[in-house]
Amino acid sequence: MSASPILEVEELSLAAGSKTLVSGVGFSLDRGESLGLVGESGSGKSLTLRAILGLLPRGVEQVGGTIKSEVRAAMIFQDPRKSLDPLCPVVRQVEEVVYYRQQVSRKAARTIALELLEMLGLPDSLKQTDRYPSQLSGGQCQRIVIAIALACKPGILLCDEPTTALDVTVQQQILATITRLQQELDFAMVFVTHNLAIAATLCSKLCVMKQGSIVEHGDALSLLQHPQHPYTQMLIDSVLPLPELEGSASV
Amino acid sequence: MSTALRIEDLTVHYDHFTALDKVSLEIQQHTTLGLVGESGSGKSTLARVIAGLISPVQGQVLLGSQNLGKKRSREQHKKIQMIFQNPDSSFNPKHTIRQILAEALLFHQIVDRSHVDRRCKELLASVRMDESALGRYPHEFSGGQRQRIAIARALSVEPSILIADEPTSALDVSVQLSILELFNKLKSELNLTMLFISHDLGVIHAISDNVAVMRQGRLVEVNTKEQFFTRPSTAYSRELLSAVPKMPTSQLSGGFL
Repeated sequence: MSASPILEVEELSLAAGSKTLVSGVGFSLDRGESLGLVGESGSGKSLTLRAILGLLPRGVEQVGGTIKSEVRAAMIFQDPRKSLDPLCPVVRQVEEVVYYRQQVSRKAARTIALELLEMLGLPDSLKQTDRYPSQLSGGQCQRIVIAIALACKPGILLCDEPTTALDVTVQQQILATITRLQQELDFAMVFVTHNLAIAATLCSKLCVMKQGSIVEHGDALSLLQHPQHPYTQMLIDSVLPLPELEGSASV
Repeated sequence: MSTALRIEDLTVHYDHFTALDKVSLEIQQHTTLGLVGESGSGKSTLARVIAGLISPVQGQVLLGSQNLGKKRSREQHKKIQMIFQNPDSSFNPKHTIRQILAEALLFHQIVDRSHVDRRCKELLASVRMDESALGRYPHEFSGGQRQRIAIARALSVEPSILIADEPTSALDVSVQLSILELFNKLKSELNLTMLFISHDLGVIHAISDNVAVMRQGRLVEVNTKEQFFTRPSTAYSRELLSAVPKMPTSQLSGGFL
């Protein structure tokens, strides 16, 4: 256990011109910890994440607060196809990031890239014949994106709705992969989602955001069971219930 | 109960890809059939064939006792209406809501020109929107409101079947809930017959009477809602259901007491 948090966001405010988009957002993150940012569109979740990475969209500026971080961060975006180069084969893309970020030889970079792909459960056939993003499924592309993020050896992994564009079965696999990797590599994680069920299973702490500020934060389970803010309650109510599946592995 | 729509042996190819492979399905009058499946399973293709936007290579679509051929009459088109995922792209941005709603009413000669205004107001009221919306343009409304207008337009021509293709997928969760509530109210008020397509099993559970599951262009299961969600008859359905992320229950966390 490290004594000091590896990421500290204090009183963060972001604005586009005179319009305030995020105000007074603050949280801290220890090594290996995961934090969920939940809220609806326009609540400032993604902007907060981008501010941590230093990748604010044009026109948006940080007008107040501090972001303190001692480690590298890497980010996974919602649409895996859009975050890959369509004209470059995927293994090459992973290799490229390893080569520049880990500063090893080309040959070593390829070995590391292939190890990463294996760790993420991508097909072995990629080792012989490299393929373009368009030749892979959405779930496979997202695994490539995760491999690229991990190639940066991040201390913090930032996830911006990484499974929203994917089917439920694929989503389940990707979430399982992220959980497993987090246990193996012990990175901290900030997970942005509008799906409370996902946030609750993946994260130990939750922050609920509405219109640019955090309305409620705390331990995931207690927050969901005893929500204090009506907005949190509303988000919980809008999770559509499903009946228990008979014969499933339940408690 | 009579059959509102029956499709038999529908097959559709896109070049060499088989999008629908001999799909047969029935929808009973005044019920809602939820159609689930992963992306690329052929849900939307099926909806488009039924709506007459794509003509199948093989098979037929029967509305009541009427066979719907390749060339449909205006009357036949009217009877099947569709709501799409993205409400932004289904309106002409330069038309006011009044024009948007009136166009369908006049085209299908539902009401006289003199009664159009009154009917438009009634339609907006049925989707719980204020009549002041009539003079405004689509961009002035939120996504959820626009989807309400799309529903009003689809219902304006009194269709016998309403097809909703992922109507809530582009919306925020709370807005999604209010649109689903609206669908459920309209279902009982107007005795709608609906084909409701979604990849979200929670949505399907909230709206459907029966559930059909598609996979790679084939229909793998058709079942009642209760059966499907508790005792699905195929392994694939079970796999889909168990992949849905669940809220942690109090049982799991209450063990520390």
